Amino acid sequence: MSPIGTFHYLVLSSALLLIGTVGVLTRRNVVVILMSIELILNAVNINLVAFSQALHNIDGQIFAIFVITDAVAEAAVGLGILIALFRNKETVLVDEIDLLKW
Amino acid sequence: MTPTYVNTALFYIFSLLVLGGAILTITCRNAVRSAISLIVSLLGVAGIYLMQQAEFLFAVQIVLYVGGIMVLFLFVIMLVNLDQAAMERQFNRHWLVALTAVAVVAAEVGYFLYRGKAAFQFAEPAAVAPSALGNTEVLADALFSEYLLPFEIASILLLVAVIGSVIMAKKRI
Repeated sequence: MSPIGTFHYLVLSSALLLIGTVGVLTRRNVVVILMSIELILNAVNINLVAFSQALHNIDGQIFAIFVITDAVAEAAVGLGILIALFRNKETVLVDEIDLLKW
Repeated sequence: MTPTYVNTALFYIFSLLVLGGAILTITCRNAVRSAISLIVSLLGVAGIYLMQQAEFLFAVQIVLYVGGIMVLFLFVIMLVNLDQAAMERQFNRHWLVALTAVAVVAAEVGYFLYRGKAAFQFAEPAAVAPSALGNTEVLADALFSEYLLPFEIASILLLVAVIGSVIMAKKRI
């Protein structure tokens, strides 16, 4: 068995990214879609940290911190929108929210 | 220095946590169960950070994601009535198209990784002199000197997010 290198981390990160994408595209529940977005952002972070470690450059980890900041802001605003949406439409299923659909 | 096989075993254990948790997150019918699986997945990601000597990100991941975002998610799940949503169809009508598209992307990414495998061999970590500073000190040095402006902009972004979410969730403004 070969030692764990950057390649292994990249494979893990792409697998996590694809799982998150499947979740965003196929689920109907808004809460689970927001969770899938968190999975995608975590896949990006694994990638950044792997390259930061391989190139001995701290910039990747700094970028990961900014990605985490964005994830927090996104989750807070997204869940706020979700509460407002549930108050008005009484549903959390994305295909029943079709007011803007022609 | 830990032996190689310990490293390998830890990597596969954490990968199992990450991917298993992620798959359970997107397949569970109950949203609370999805959230718990997501916590498992995020803890696995924290372990992956620890394996790569990113100790500060490890702590941030646990405090912020597992302690902060997931509690927020669980609160919203309790606030929003999901019992009826759990009874209904979980996947939308376009799931076959979506899965096909993702399979195509997976093939592309897999081909890229397979062909570029040799390009990911970087210099050995032992090539650099071990720094006297820890991971957190190095990060703080970079964050408060070179990246000071993005850091302050990120604080403004968080302020906007706080105000936005409060206004969004308020009954009447």
